[in-house]
Amino acid sequence: MTTQLHNPPLLSVTDLCVEFATRKGPVTAVRSVNLQIAKGETLGIVGESGSGKSVTSYAVMRILDRAGRIVSGGIEFGGMPLHNADEATMSDLRGREISMIFQNPRAALNPIRTVGKQIEDVLIRHAQTNHEMAKAKAIEALEHVRIRDAAQRYHAYPFELSGGMCQRVVIAIALACKPQLLIADEPTTGLDVTTQKAVMELVRDLTRSQGMSTLLITHDLGLAGEYCDRIVVMEKGEVVEQQDTRRLFVAPAHPYTRRLIRSTPHAAQSIRDLLPEDLRLPPPPAAPVVDMSVPLLEVRDLVKAFDPPGGFLQRLKMRGSSAALPMRAVDGISFSIARGESVGLVGESGCGKSTTSAMVMRLLDSTSGSIRFKGTELTTVPAAEFSRSPLRRELQMVFQDPHESLNPRATAAQSIADPLLRIEGMREAAAIRARVEQLAVQVGLQLELLDRLPHQLSGGQKARVGIARAIATKPELLILDEPTAALDVSVQAVVLNLLADLKAEFGMSYLFVSHDLEVVRLLCDRVIVMRAGSIVEEGATAQVLSAPKAEYTKELLSAIPRPAHLPRQVEAPVQVAQA
Amino acid sequence: MGQLTIILARVLQAVPTIFGIVVVTFLLTRALPGDPAAYFAGASATPESIAEIRVKLGLDQSLPLQFVAYLQDLATGNLGQSISTGQPVATELLRRLPASLELTLFALLLSVAVAIPLGVLAAVKQDTWIDQVCRFIVTAGVSLPTFFTGLLLVYVFYFLLGIAPAPLGRLDMLHIAPPQVTGFLVLDGLIAREWATAWSAFKQLLLPGITLALFTLAPLARMTRAAMLQALASEYLRTARAAGLSSTRVLMVYAFRNAMLPIITTLGMVFSFTLGANVLVEKVFAWPGIGSFAIEALVVSDYAAVQGFVLSMAVLFVLLNLVIDTVYTLIDPRVRIEG
Repeated sequence: MTTQLHNPPLLSVTDLCVEFATRKGPVTAVRSVNLQIAKGETLGIVGESGSGKSVTSYAVMRILDRAGRIVSGGIEFGGMPLHNADEATMSDLRGREISMIFQNPRAALNPIRTVGKQIEDVLIRHAQTNHEMAKAKAIEALEHVRIRDAAQRYHAYPFELSGGMCQRVVIAIALACKPQLLIADEPTTGLDVTTQKAVMELVRDLTRSQGMSTLLITHDLGLAGEYCDRIVVMEKGEVVEQQDTRRLFVAPAHPYTRRLIRSTPHAAQSIRDLLPEDLRLPPPPAAPVVDMSVPLLEVRDLVKAFDPPGGFLQRLKMRGSSAALPMRAVDGISFSIARGESVGLVGESGCGKSTTSAMVMRLLDSTSGSIRFKGTELTTVPAAEFSRSPLRRELQMVFQDPHESLNPRATAAQSIADPLLRIEGMREAAAIRARVEQLAVQVGLQLELLDRLPHQLSGGQKARVGIARAIATKPELLILDEPTAALDVSVQAVVLNLLADLKAEFGMSYLFVSHDLEVVRLLCDRVIVMRAGSIVEEGATAQVLSAPKAEYTKELLSAIPRPAHLPRQVEAPVQVAQA
Repeated sequence: MGQLTIILARVLQAVPTIFGIVVVTFLLTRALPGDPAAYFAGASATPESIAEIRVKLGLDQSLPLQFVAYLQDLATGNLGQSISTGQPVATELLRRLPASLELTLFALLLSVAVAIPLGVLAAVKQDTWIDQVCRFIVTAGVSLPTFFTGLLLVYVFYFLLGIAPAPLGRLDMLHIAPPQVTGFLVLDGLIAREWATAWSAFKQLLLPGITLALFTLAPLARMTRAAMLQALASEYLRTARAAGLSSTRVLMVYAFRNAMLPIITTLGMVFSFTLGANVLVEKVFAWPGIGSFAIEALVVSDYAAVQGFVLSMAVLFVLLNLVIDTVYTLIDPRVRIEG
């Protein structure tokens, strides 16, 4: 659906510049941004972190932090200037005419106020109801966002609801007064893919039925492609391209847009396709022969049970009920990884994939079952003592958040040297430095960055430090826990390629834990799909992703946002096989 | 889990704490230097009379037997006899505790009334002159010792200006204490409709109250400012603003209620340390409080009095913590689940 802008646009931003005061002087976050949204239109703003997409929307709402200010430019909403409107006018408009929903819905709700009251606050503020009618109206708003048992949920606190449920409540607050424009700032980041689909469809249905306009801010080009009529691409505070969704995918004009589309995993056939042409590396060295007969890692009937929450008294009270039984986070799973093989472990949050990887990594003791690594039983050594085991060097891990997993007071070189000192027992400073530099070269980290602290490095550079640290002891099995989840797509593309090259070069095996099926498709030979502590499907990646057997896998696959205009390659291997 | 269950569980949790305190105070006071029997017998005592008194006080028994006797006394509400005053310790404490409580509660009320608005304003108007004023008062409040501010206030308001009454206890000599209801002279005066007495008691309370309030202002104002800044920067506050809620509602219902949790914790801590540590203020203003009583008892090895003091303070702190936990449970729904 393409909306022509013949009638005056609902929102029009012209030459917007936003500056932030910092200790080093003003920094321009948004420069000369122009965009329009027509009535009933859904516009997407796509860009990577630091592109100014969120700042633009905060400027429209006039909720920039105290350090930020609109330097120049105009914002008009329905013919009314907003850039210089006073606070009283803006506060009347917010929530009634323009609403906003946010990333991280649980934090976006007041933790100590019931969700019903929070909806009432908005209704009463904008004179949509009086105190007597408020409760009924709030329940109606909850029903509107398809929350079951709305009358009971009215009394719930945010911490009692799931992430997806909280986002529905945030949407209910935003739409309670039937505004004309909804700004959605990364509304599904951090939610599972099936929840993402449910939330996005809800937003789309509700806004369409009310003829509302939507501004969707996202880093995910696929998501924008599926739900938006038009897309604005931003880079470093500037709009680089503004197109109808179809044309943007079919004929992207700006090189940055082309790079973004290329980095998006759905379109890629191989991991090299993610990289821009000018960064194209030689094809990876031939993968080592996977010898399936000798498994490197064998997991049998692995179980992890956690005690029910609460103290002694609570357990006493709940005696006999099912809630008192230990929760089985991992419920008897078995799988193996061959030498040189890369296995993806996918599933939604709470499915037990991280618990499994922590047990294999020997960071967590298992309740029962066996983990055999190169024929040695690992579960006999308690996790707390495994750091002294000679097998520690063979099993290493790359963590999810490249920033959080580095010691903020240690330089990159010190972080990489850590396993050399503690596991390899290297003592000679010169030898350590030489090895650290060798590792830095292997992961493509410039040597001059080695003496920097984590906060002086970019996300991609930190990811490289984390990888260098993990491969320092030349492990045979590397466990990767969502290593690219916190990275921008273009950085993710580079890191995934690095991982593929390292694996080929050193013949490592990977256990790749991820919620992103598209990334798993590009990196893994085999995939294991988990749900509620059990394995629902397992098989060769191409097989599982193109012809899934389990209902749950099908559901996961169909929930991935899939812009019609973006050519998908996933079926390709199977078609070749059939031909 | 219901709120009542949680509160009941907290009360039960306090029992071992109190028993532990009973044991520790018993042992500690026995370890004090000096012989109470010798002190009690006086300067001209013979070894025989000292031994006789020792038997009378039960000090010739073994420690476990003394402890059992102590527990039996406690069970009947008998805290023993104060050696220095000759009165039962329980009577002494009941007479003096209200004086200390009245002073501490008044000071805290004063301090909360100033510190919380000050902290909120400093957070809302961060880096403006109000914030600077707040910072100045907080720094001055912590850096001036209470005996100094006390003496300074007495010097200025009593000696130089002559506005304040003489710092000689809870009531000047012209008035007699009203019949005891709460033990707080101002309240008792009001209840008995003796306006002049209540006013006089209030005037006596004012200077020591301000002295203590200045000292307790600092942690409260600082915590209020920090908690408010954190709440103001939160994502739920951004949601509230984006929903167009009025700034008073955003500030009071969304920010302040969340900020109250750490403030209440701090308030409890401040209350605890003021109640035990206002000895200096009591000395400066000749306030017949529990702190000066305890110090005097300690100096002369009056162990029954010291034990009684420590025990009553411990019970008071346990009760206070119970109140704080209850308030917490009422404000924060998450506590109810964690149990």
